[in-house]
Amino acid sequence: MSGRRGVIDKRVTNAAALAVIWVCALTTVAFLGSLLLYVVINGIRELTPAFIFTWPHGVNMEGGIWPTIQSTIYVTVLAMVIVTPVAVLAAVYLAEYAVQGRLVRTIRFAADSLAAVPSIVMGLFGMALFVEGMGLQFSTLAGALALSFLMLPIVMRTTEEAIRAVPKYIRWGSYGLGASKWQTVSRIVLPAASPRILTGLLLAMGRAAGETAVVIYTMGTMIAAPVSPLDPGRTMPVHVMLMAMEGINLKAAYGTALLLVIMVLAFNLTARYIVRRNRRMQG
Amino acid sequence: MTLRDEPAASTAPRADVADSRGPDAPTLSTISRSTYLKEAALKNLFLVCAFVAVAAVLLIFMFVGYRGWPIFAKTGLAAFLGGLQWQPTAEQPQFGILALIINSLIATLGGLALGAPLAVGTAVFLSEVATPRVREWVRPAVELLAGIPSVVYGLFGLLALRPIIAQASGGLGFGFATAWIVLAVMILPTIAAISEDALRSIPSGIREASYAMGATKWQTIWRVLLPAAKIGIIDAIILGMGRAIGETMAVVMVAGNAKVIPDGIFKPFLTLTTVIVIDMPYASGDHRTALFGVAIVLFLISMAFVAAIRVISRLGGEQS
Repeated sequence: MSGRRGVIDKRVTNAAALAVIWVCALTTVAFLGSLLLYVVINGIRELTPAFIFTWPHGVNMEGGIWPTIQSTIYVTVLAMVIVTPVAVLAAVYLAEYAVQGRLVRTIRFAADSLAAVPSIVMGLFGMALFVEGMGLQFSTLAGALALSFLMLPIVMRTTEEAIRAVPKYIRWGSYGLGASKWQTVSRIVLPAASPRILTGLLLAMGRAAGETAVVIYTMGTMIAAPVSPLDPGRTMPVHVMLMAMEGINLKAAYGTALLLVIMVLAFNLTARYIVRRNRRMQG
Repeated sequence: MTLRDEPAASTAPRADVADSRGPDAPTLSTISRSTYLKEAALKNLFLVCAFVAVAAVLLIFMFVGYRGWPIFAKTGLAAFLGGLQWQPTAEQPQFGILALIINSLIATLGGLALGAPLAVGTAVFLSEVATPRVREWVRPAVELLAGIPSVVYGLFGLLALRPIIAQASGGLGFGFATAWIVLAVMILPTIAAISEDALRSIPSGIREASYAMGATKWQTIWRVLLPAAKIGIIDAIILGMGRAIGETMAVVMVAGNAKVIPDGIFKPFLTLTTVIVIDMPYASGDHRTALFGVAIVLFLISMAFVAAIRVISRLGGEQS
């Protein structure tokens, strides 16, 4: 292709190919940019305090979306509370204690598999186990438990990377002072890794907040403001989907979608900011 | 804390001493028994936590399998996987999911055919062509877009793309064509980010050697860098494919969800994932079991993708 027999000058091929690569990149940016612009342009007019802080009413769900915001935050935070200790300690095991071998390979394979399970399958599983099997009904707790399965591999991987990034000599210093392994891990390694662990948690929360298929089968679709973990609720992505598909209130769909995007981007941008600041402090 | 000391203390500590003679661990022989027991208990606690991931995968398989396997027993595995008729509410209900599998594959492969070249092109752009200034802006944008919820992609497809395609094709705009574009855009960030990692991890000496022999930038990219990053790029594409075939909400919003074998790319269709969303609210009895059966198939497909990535990575490791 690229001037194999000197038929076409290699500079011509080069210029043409680089142009194609530019076109690829520009198309990608244009696609993604138009997606964001579309949501912003259509949603921005809806984002009034009344829309955010009041309840929906009537058959067409006029008014606000406050209960869906509350449900989303509630279930996401609850899922994080459930997943954090397990995922962080699992990562501590993989990074600090485990001897490489079949056991670690099995655990990693399981984590990769868990990350690849389609969310609709996770939703049906949550319904079978938590909603029906454990008798939790459609509830925030069932939703949070199912979401924690989704978050587990993300938090595990980022935490393990964070722990491995802590320099070895810091551990040696701790051991040199006579600290035991757990003292070193809990007082030295984990605090040093904490900014990047937090980053992983934020990324996982962003993922959970935008998840639809898992929560629809575990939390239900009833509009409610959950107070106890056993109350049901409708999260923002579920609201977007139902409003858009039933086509009864597209304004609410646009507004909720924009708010959801802002929320998820806030999680992700905060995560990036923490990594950046941390890198600067260390560098 | 020192209540249980006789059996554990005699055998286990020695193993642990041997364990901890690494360069970064102290010898535990000087540590008191209570500390030792505490350390050992904590280590086992962490091991249990790490095993939660294994338990989770097994639990998912067991519960979805437990709810779904009766349909295999009832209709027979061959009839379930190979049947073209999905008529769960008919007088004589038929649960054949072959058409759904084929539709899922058509949707996924079409999205991949559109999205993967764009994504790899973008990855090459970011790692080889872009100036640092441009990269500084484009890269975070692509990464952030990987985090946009799928329901937002679905909304975009349903309300922005569908009318355009409806006008162009004269139909309603629900169909493969719309789903392809939505899936392509969705998997773009994933494939681009991972492919770019693979390209950037190639040592710069290899690029310099290629340029030193008079190769142009494109010759270096095509003959040197892409082959070197092949494994990483294939991994990225398989990952994108797994994401596309398991994608539910974005597809359900643009697919039209008609229970037919579609007769064109502008006609509504139903896939493995969307049939669950559409049928679940009213399904009961065998129908519900069949939907769990569909979930088993989806689970196994996603496992196969993970295993494929493992095998390919291992083959790549042996090559180099």
